[in-house]
Amino acid sequence: MGPLVPQEIIALNWDLFIAFAIGIGFGFVLEQAGFSSSRKLAGIFYGYDTVVLKVFFTAAITAMLGLLYFSLFGWIDLSLVYVNPTYLWSTIIGGVIMGAGFIIGGFCPGTSFCAAAIGKLDAMVFIAGLFIGIFIFAEGYPLWQDLHMAKALGGLKVPAVLGISGGVFSLLVILVAIAMFFMAEWAERRFPREEY
Amino acid sequence: MNPYVAGVLLGTVLLLAFFFSGRGLGASGAVKSAIVAGVETVAPEHTSNSVYYSKYVGEGKSPLKTWLVFEMLGVLIGGFLSGALSGRLKMKIEHFPGISANRRLIFAAAGGILFGFGSQLGRGCTSGSALTGMAVLSVAGFISMMAIFGTAFALAYFVRRNWIGV
Repeated sequence: MGPLVPQEIIALNWDLFIAFAIGIGFGFVLEQAGFSSSRKLAGIFYGYDTVVLKVFFTAAITAMLGLLYFSLFGWIDLSLVYVNPTYLWSTIIGGVIMGAGFIIGGFCPGTSFCAAAIGKLDAMVFIAGLFIGIFIFAEGYPLWQDLHMAKALGGLKVPAVLGISGGVFSLLVILVAIAMFFMAEWAERRFPREEY
Repeated sequence: MNPYVAGVLLGTVLLLAFFFSGRGLGASGAVKSAIVAGVETVAPEHTSNSVYYSKYVGEGKSPLKTWLVFEMLGVLIGGFLSGALSGRLKMKIEHFPGISANRRLIFAAAGGILFGFGSQLGRGCTSGSALTGMAVLSVAGFISMMAIFGTAFALAYFVRRNWIGV
């Protein structure tokens, strides 16, 4: 059955409307989760507020299990679902630069738009920074093109690398997440939080 | 909202994106599209000659009519609606009381520049590469997640003055 647009069960013209509707849900949930506050987001890195970890991993597990079950029931053809490709070095180095941006700036791109939507001026400045950073990347592309394209591994999946099934790997991820949820609850009791 | 409930809802939104469009969520890609469109308008010769921009412009390609641009317009509206419903609509510079608003803004700009650059090198940000990638069990998704959160944890000590003081 799914995915509906790639199989033209829903016409391609509808794809952008669907994107818009899904974006509304995305923004609404991010804001309700408290992700429109940089102090709340940064809390995970000091232990005083771990909402980022809880929401992020619960969401990842929910979607991961959803895809597995949908595939099992024949509701979605996983071969038609986009898998982001791995380019080993640029994925690692890009992630490290993003991590630095996260703790310095207090937002990631999605959360900064969400925060800007409710009037956070620091989020708007962060977004201006995003524009500058991406513009620098685009203009200077020949300088880092080799790094960007190096060690291309394609749409590689972790279970294939480890030689286990998707289900077993998902179970491991869930167990790790539950362990982290317990640590998060402990950290929040251990490190006091003031209201903000 | 309870964070675990919020997580299940966020995961459901992501699952719907997969089910309808065969792709996950994202954010930084919309900013890239806006930049491509802007540069294309100001200097079309430059975009067609550039190794980078030329991938996104040309016959029948419109950089702004992309999935992520429309999704991010939705994010602005969804975030606004949520803020309105919960009484959180307010223009302000949010910062730890121990630092000045100006210091907060300077760091926000610097962080944004780094995040923007890193998101292009790493082919997607926290939502597009890490969260969406993890849901499809991609190697890139798990590496992104570990690199982003691991680095932020590792550097947290050095910028603690901005968030917890001392």
